[in-house]
Amino acid sequence: MSRQQINRLATALITGVAILVVVPIVLVILFVIYNGIGTISWEFISAPPTNGMREGGIWPALLGTIFLTFGTAIISFPLAIGAAIYLSEYAADNRMTRMVRLAIVNLAGIPSIVYGLFGLGAFVLFMQFGTSILAGSLTLGILTLPVVISTAEEAIASVPQQFRTVSLSLGATRWQTIRHQVLPHALPGILTGIILGLGRAAGETAPILFTVAAFYLPDLPHSIFDQTMALPYHLYVISTQVPGMPLSIQYGTALVLLLIVLSLTLSATFVRTSMRRRREW
Amino acid sequence: MENKIDVRDFNFYYSSFHALKGLTIPIRERQITALIGPSGCGKSTFLRSLNRMNDTIAGTSATGEVLLDGKNIYAPDVDVTDLRNRVGMVFQRPNPFPQSIYDNVAFGPRVTGRASGRALDVIVEESLEGAGLWGEIKHRLRDSALSLNPGQQQRLCIARAIAVKPEVILMDEPCSALDPVATLKVEELMRVLAKEYTIVIVTHNMQQAARVSDFTGFFWLGELVEFGPTTQLFSTPQQELTESYITGRRG
Repeated sequence: MSRQQINRLATALITGVAILVVVPIVLVILFVIYNGIGTISWEFISAPPTNGMREGGIWPALLGTIFLTFGTAIISFPLAIGAAIYLSEYAADNRMTRMVRLAIVNLAGIPSIVYGLFGLGAFVLFMQFGTSILAGSLTLGILTLPVVISTAEEAIASVPQQFRTVSLSLGATRWQTIRHQVLPHALPGILTGIILGLGRAAGETAPILFTVAAFYLPDLPHSIFDQTMALPYHLYVISTQVPGMPLSIQYGTALVLLLIVLSLTLSATFVRTSMRRRREW
Repeated sequence: MENKIDVRDFNFYYSSFHALKGLTIPIRERQITALIGPSGCGKSTFLRSLNRMNDTIAGTSATGEVLLDGKNIYAPDVDVTDLRNRVGMVFQRPNPFPQSIYDNVAFGPRVTGRASGRALDVIVEESLEGAGLWGEIKHRLRDSALSLNPGQQQRLCIARAIAVKPEVILMDEPCSALDPVATLKVEELMRVLAKEYTIVIVTHNMQQAARVSDFTGFFWLGELVEFGPTTQLFSTPQQELTESYITGRRG
C-alpha cells in the first residue's frame, strides 16, 4: 500500500471508531424512549404509585430525587468552591496541598457503593441523622466533590493572571481580588462543574441505598430528617423486587430519570458554550 | 524640590539571582523619572519593587530601603494594600477588566471602600477627565471597556489607576503596544499628570525618555550606571557606557 492509501485507511478507521463511540449512547437513549414514551403522562409524573407500585405514578420518587439533588448542591457547592479557591489561589507547593490533591484523586476513584457504606457509618449512625434526606445529601455531596472541585479549579485557573495583578495593584486585598475579579469570571465554569456533578448524583443508586432511599412511603417527606423515595432506587426496586411489575412502568421511570440526568448534562454544556462565546479575553 | 521616594542601597533577588544591585535613586516629587536600559537589565523589576508587586512572585527577597515620604515601604508594619493605594501602576499592555468602562474606573474606589453612589460617579468622571478620555466616551460609560481602541484602553487604565487617588504612578512601558498617535496622546497626558503626581516610567524608547522625563536613570545588568536630569544625561553623559547606549552603539 502507498502512503496515501494508508493515510486514507487510517482516516477511515479513526472516523469509524469515533462513530462507534456514539452508537451505544444513542441506542440506549432511543431504546428507553421507544419503550417508555407511551407511559409518560401528567398522571404518571404527578401521582403516587398504587396497587403495590404496579399502577399509578412516580411523584414521590421524582420529588425525592429533586430534594436530594438540591441537598447535594447545597452541600457540595461551598465545599468544592472553597477547596478549588484554596488549591488555585492560596496553596503553596507543600505537603498539605499534595495531600488535598491526593485526596481528591482518590475520592474520584472510590466505588459509589463504598460512599453508601461510608454515609451509613458516618452520617446515619455516627452523627445519628438516621436514614434521611440530610444523610443522603451529605453522601451524594461528597461523591460529587472531585468532579466539582476539578472543574472549578480549572475555571479559576483559566482567569487571566493579569486581572489579579491589576486588581492587587489597585490596592485590592487578596480576598477582594478573588471575590471581585476571579470568581465572577470563573463562575460559569464553576457552574458547569456543579451541574455535571449533580447529574451524576441524581442518577446514583448505591450511595442512597443505605442512607436515605425508601422502598415505598405512603407520605411525602416532611423534613430533612425524613426518608424519601428516589428515582434510581425506585427503578431498581420495581425492576427487581416487585413480581408482576408491568414493563411499561419500568421504562417510563427509566425515561424520566434519563431525562433528568441528560437535561442536567446538556444544560452544563450549554452554560459552557455560552460562556465561551461571551468571553472577551 | 523634594524626594517623594528615596531608594537606598536596594538589592533584589529572584531566589539566588541577584537582579538589582545596590541601587540608590532619588525620585523627585511631581516630576517624571524615566528608567532606560536594555531588556533584562532590571528596570521593570525595580519599578515593581516600588509598590511591592514583586511580593506576589514566590522566592523573591529584598534588602535595603525604599523610603516613601521618609518611611520604608519594606518595613514589617507596612500594609501592602495601603501602599498600593498610594503607589499606582499602569502596565505594558492595555489590560482593562472585561467589564464596563464605568466599572473599570470604579473598581479601585469600590474595593477600598472610598466611595459609592453619587460620590463614585464624580470620581469616575474626574478620573476619566484626568486621563483625557471623558469627552470621547462620556456617553458610553456602560459599554464594555474592550470596545475601546488600544490607545483609549491604555488611557482608561491610567484613569483606573488615578481613580484610587495615588501619589505616585508607575508606568511599565505604557506605550509599547500603542501606535505613534496614541503614544503621543499618552505622553501629553503624562506631562499633565506630572503637575499632580510623581511619575516613574520604564521605557525602551530613548526618544520617549528624552521627550517626557525630567530625570533619567540608565540601568545595566541590575546596576544603576548613571542618573541625572534628562537633558544632561542625553547631552553630556558622564559614563562611557551611557553614551554608547544612548547613541545606539551598545545595547
